[in-house]
Amino acid sequence: MTRCANATGAVTSKLSLFGLFGLVIRRDLLLAMRRRADVLTTLVFFVMVVSLFPLGVGPEMDMLRKMAPGVVWVAALLASMLSLGRMFSADYLDGTLEQMLLAPQSLSMLVLGKIVAHWMLSGLPLVLIAPVLGLQFDMPAQALWVLILVLLLGTPILSMIGAIGAALTLGLRGGGVLVSLLVLPLCIPVLIFGTGAVEAVNTGMTIVPHVALLGALLLLALVFTPWVTAQALRISME
Amino acid sequence: MAINWFKYSAPTAFYGLAGKMIPWFAVPAAVLFMVGMYIGFFVAPTDAIQSEAYRIIFIHVPASILSMFIYLIMAGYAALGLIFNTRLSSMMATALAPTGALFAFISLWTGALWGKPMWGAWWVWDARLTSELILLFLYLGFIALQSSIEDPRRADRAGALLAIVGSVNVPIIYFSVKWWNTLHQGATIKFTGTSMHVAMQQAMFIMLLACWLYVIAVTLARVRSIILERERNTQWVNELKEVRS
Repeated sequence: MTRCANATGAVTSKLSLFGLFGLVIRRDLLLAMRRRADVLTTLVFFVMVVSLFPLGVGPEMDMLRKMAPGVVWVAALLASMLSLGRMFSADYLDGTLEQMLLAPQSLSMLVLGKIVAHWMLSGLPLVLIAPVLGLQFDMPAQALWVLILVLLLGTPILSMIGAIGAALTLGLRGGGVLVSLLVLPLCIPVLIFGTGAVEAVNTGMTIVPHVALLGALLLLALVFTPWVTAQALRISME
Repeated sequence: MAINWFKYSAPTAFYGLAGKMIPWFAVPAAVLFMVGMYIGFFVAPTDAIQSEAYRIIFIHVPASILSMFIYLIMAGYAALGLIFNTRLSSMMATALAPTGALFAFISLWTGALWGKPMWGAWWVWDARLTSELILLFLYLGFIALQSSIEDPRRADRAGALLAIVGSVNVPIIYFSVKWWNTLHQGATIKFTGTSMHVAMQQAMFIMLLACWLYVIAVTLARVRSIILERERNTQWVNELKEVRS
């Protein structure tokens, strides 16, 4: 091996996979903090959609209590669609994404970093605000805890599946609506198990199967979606 | 003698072959449709429980089977196109999608028409109905994605990736909807297990075959159009009789 190769090898090895992962997350969070309005918009949208439902269907508490998990989940689904467009588009426009594709490090890991950052900016705030909205719907305390748990497990899956859609529609006309069309059908299992767990606790059944299935979906998505998203990015950037 | 198996994987060669093949599928499809309809309407006996309304199964069942089957074929072709970079495979996937969406729609539509007299409702949130609806959404997503990408190569590959992700998801969606359904409603209305009359089975089988042949004929016709559209700047297309006139 030549000296030159050693030197470059040393440079790349300095940045371990997890170092890279952390770097991407830190960078995306920093960029988002510089434009805080974007993060807040998603959150406000979520709160607004959830608050619209009682106005639409009437204020009967019994019905609202029953609807609450579904309403919160559907609103979370829509809110996460809303922010998907931002996942890659800024980097695509200023050329950063191209550099990332050329980087010697694993693109899947880079993508995973971006997904995690996206979740921290658009998924985590929803999880934190959801109990407050649940109180509006008069959800019992036990159900609120379960709601937080399943949202914690489920919203990362939404970000991961959404990343595939965002990568496929990169730079297309009307990408925002298109990405929802592609991603929403794929998110249906998350919606079903997410609401199922809360309903189970309301009817006094065990939540374990729903939570276990959500966990399984999360692991499955964690393994496959970064790689698929990386492939999608390569297709879109050709 | 060495046969060149890959000769017809070139759009140039396949265009002519597809043109010759279409009548061989279209004509039997038409004949079988007529035979199937005749047996379905006149030979098959009236059902004891459902009287005449059951006769819609002769189109409903083949449409449902093919809508699911076409998605798998489509994803298969798309994967071939993505892996081996064969243009024709991707074109086949694109050509199959509208037919698949059509059958998913027919399946839902005839299901609704059947559901009204049988269940008393146009739509019930039954597991099979719901997953068929989601399948239609998946088709529409595939078509929407491909049609919004200008560059055909990118459209092919992006669509392929979506189709593969979709086909991995189909079983997950199906089972989640199934469990969701049992959780919500308990037992839905089901057919009591009366065994089918032979004539009914025959009619259904013939109609399935007819639909299948129709799918092949239509897909070949559509793939010919796609080939012409994509190769419109090449010499061989401009030398074709039908293009010149």
